[in-house]
Amino acid sequence: MVNTAPAPTTDPVGSDVPDLTRPRPETTTVKDTPGYTVFRWVNTTILVLVAAVTLYPFLNLAARAFSSEAAIRSGDVTVWPIGFNTTTLMSVLEQDLFWRNYLNTVVYTVVGTAIAMALTTTFAYVLSKKYLKGRMILIGFAVFTMFFTGGLIPNYILVSELGFKNTIWAVVVPQAINVFNLLVMKSFFENFPEELEEAAAIDGLTTYGIFFRVVLPLSKAVLATMVLFYAVWFWNSWFPAFLYMDDPQMYPVTVFLRNIIAGATGTGEGLSDVAVQIGANVKAVTMLLTALPIVCLYPFVQKYFVSGVMLGSVKG
Amino acid sequence: MSIVSKTFHNEVGMATELRGKETWGLALRKHWRLYTLALLPIIWFLVFRYLPMAGNVIAFRRFRPGGSIFGEEWVGFYYIERFIQDQAFWQAFQNTVIIGALTLVIVFPLPIILALLLNELRSRVFKRFVQTVSYLPHFMSVVIVAGFVFELTSLDGTVNRLVKLFGGDPISFMQQADWFRTIYVSSEVWQTVGWGTILYLASLTTIDAQLYEAARIDGANRWQQTWHVTLPGIRPTMMVLLILNIGQFMQVGFEKIFLLYNTLTQPTADVISTYIYRVGLTSGQLSYATAIGLFEAVIGLVLVFSANAISRRVTGSSLW
Repeated sequence: MVNTAPAPTTDPVGSDVPDLTRPRPETTTVKDTPGYTVFRWVNTTILVLVAAVTLYPFLNLAARAFSSEAAIRSGDVTVWPIGFNTTTLMSVLEQDLFWRNYLNTVVYTVVGTAIAMALTTTFAYVLSKKYLKGRMILIGFAVFTMFFTGGLIPNYILVSELGFKNTIWAVVVPQAINVFNLLVMKSFFENFPEELEEAAAIDGLTTYGIFFRVVLPLSKAVLATMVLFYAVWFWNSWFPAFLYMDDPQMYPVTVFLRNIIAGATGTGEGLSDVAVQIGANVKAVTMLLTALPIVCLYPFVQKYFVSGVMLGSVKG
Repeated sequence: MSIVSKTFHNEVGMATELRGKETWGLALRKHWRLYTLALLPIIWFLVFRYLPMAGNVIAFRRFRPGGSIFGEEWVGFYYIERFIQDQAFWQAFQNTVIIGALTLVIVFPLPIILALLLNELRSRVFKRFVQTVSYLPHFMSVVIVAGFVFELTSLDGTVNRLVKLFGGDPISFMQQADWFRTIYVSSEVWQTVGWGTILYLASLTTIDAQLYEAARIDGANRWQQTWHVTLPGIRPTMMVLLILNIGQFMQVGFEKIFLLYNTLTQPTADVISTYIYRVGLTSGQLSYATAIGLFEAVIGLVLVFSANAISRRVTGSSLW
């Protein structure tokens, strides 16, 4: 039966992907010239600086989030909190609207990713079948949208006319297929072991059966990568919600954050002193809480992102 | 298994021979299940990608809110002529070209340099550390990145701390039009350069180690090896990414500029996409804004096709 089909011995994603952490191959017999030794020290210094500059904003953010407002105002906070306190953290965590919007982000991310995965995997599977008539037309049909789009206003009119305003659909549906992700999945399915699908066909499975019961279960690694790509995209997305939602109760947390940042950094006109005063600290805490899930998850899932990008570069 | 496989391959082989003559009727009957799987995605593309493209027609038609999404009556090139005479549009156009060019000239080469530097590292652990750290900004929401920019450049921020350290007076960076481009490009560098190295690092691993050995025997030093072996080895990747970058030349990060700019920085920060937003959605001149958007999209399309054609002729690598 289907279950007797041999499983691929290696991780389908991992096997295709070169190891990027591998150093350049060296001929050990040759000693470095003095010039090259100097270069290596300079190079190491540069890369340490690159890492430091990249990390600094995060450290600075964490320090500001737990510093006293007065310390932030004095401009002394760098990577370590001054006047350590968690009052602002608590006050943000006690806001109903913040939690409401955070929950919205979770819901939009889950629903958006589910819809995106359903549309992307099915279409990618169809596009991967080289014998299918009309395949090149369909690929061109999808790829063309990478280079030419309807633009902001026609999209706005469309979404409004569909009655999506102030609903979750405005946020999740118009962004459901990312053509880059589609091409990544397509090239993965093209390399899927043909024998497995043949065996399943001979066992009497239809195309649907093959796709759902053989291909998808054996593509977990690439599916995980795609889920991560879409989930990060929906988590970070703010503009569609900003554009199509008027009700603060419907905002994702990114729009909540945007409004705090915009309020705290306006040119000063029409802002109450209170808003300006609480701004710096509240802003830091809200930013920290918004970025936290991704920063925490990132070290564990980084390799999936990297393999996803390279899979796509194999040529779509 | 092997016999089964062979039989199947024969069938596939026959199918391939017949493909040239395969009619749509036959194809649909044979693979109707595959086509049905594609049905929803095709509808999605038609509604959410191709319908808005057709919606661009309101650049030539008067649009009435609540009326047809394709507008009410033809007005010809009325809106096109209007933006050609619009001072603010040309200001935005100029800013777009400048920011686009700065991004291309500064942000495009940096990942190549960083990848080459990473490639010279011998410590695997250190290399992995730098890579992991430098990819992280790519995953941050543009709202967070804008927040970082505001924090670092504010009067109490770290940049002004450095300014004071070197004896300068604090600068309110985000309120000065002169600083906007520098700040925007710096934030792009911070967010995209690390992630941009991935494809170059991948293509570096495909360079044959024997080429380096041969170059060394010919007396090439390390720099010459980089120039004559490494760079030619990653040239196809460079070209493909260059074409993609040129194609996005006009679409300079709308969301980031929208978050960062204000009325004070507008003289240098206002780009076509932010201008479209203000004209269309703040002032409600939908047809006029669509005309500008269409102009921008057509330029983008022309750019990517020309870059691709030139690259195919000059270097032999192209997107299609």
